Amino acid sequence: MSDTKKFVYINRKAPYGTVYALESLEVVLIGAAFEQEVQLVFVDDGVYQLTKGQDTDGIGMKNFSKTYSALGDYDVNQIYVDEQSLKDRGLTMDDLQELTYEDEDDDWAEKSSMKLVNREQLADLISDADVLLNF
Amino acid sequence: MSTLHTVNKSPFDRNSLDTCLSVTKADATVLMIEDGVAGAMQNTTASAGISDAMAKGVKFAVLGEDLRARGLPADRVMDGFSVVDYAGFVQLSADHDNVQSWL
Repeated sequence: MSDTKKFVYINRKAPYGTVYALESLEVVLIGAAFEQEVQLVFVDDGVYQLTKGQDTDGIGMKNFSKTYSALGDYDVNQIYVDEQSLKDRGLTMDDLQELTYEDEDDDWAEKSSMKLVNREQLADLISDADVLLNF
Repeated sequence: MSTLHTVNKSPFDRNSLDTCLSVTKADATVLMIEDGVAGAMQNTTASAGISDAMAKGVKFAVLGEDLRARGLPADRVMDGFSVVDYAGFVQLSADHDNVQSWL
């Protein structure tokens, strides 16, 4: 099929306080079945979705953070994290879980899915999208 | 009359914390819960306003369960905060005359 579209998911909410983050993840996983090009952007409080070591036992909610590591298996391997959002929150990439995928064109080598982007690069991602989905 | 202020919204998403800090008195305590716990971390754009309020005498607390859920390490909470659990939340509510929830 030649009519592949580029789907860009913009994630701007922290997990658990609202249901946006979980809903986005579910839509991404469902959408992955349709073999479109998928890019995930984490900006503003969305960067909190990817923090390492989330433990929700104390708040009685489902910890869905481990599901992000399955994205690579669904060919969702273009994950963009906004640098300024991390900085404003006293965070670095070291505070986030490392998301990887296996590159079928390179003998299934394990590669990082994550890229740190600035606002100029983010502007390009948005303007190059065929479909924008916001959570 | 002492007031416990609870803030459950991220300071980077809403202005709840800013408004709260602008009306807190020296005998008040600000407790960050739910998405509000993001404000307790060191070196953020919210840190300066919190330090100013601390200098005024306002006390600060943050709910440990909500930090842990969000993968935010308690050892990187700003100096001057006490990390409390749900029992501590109840104790703070009892220790103040009133509770103002900045929803």
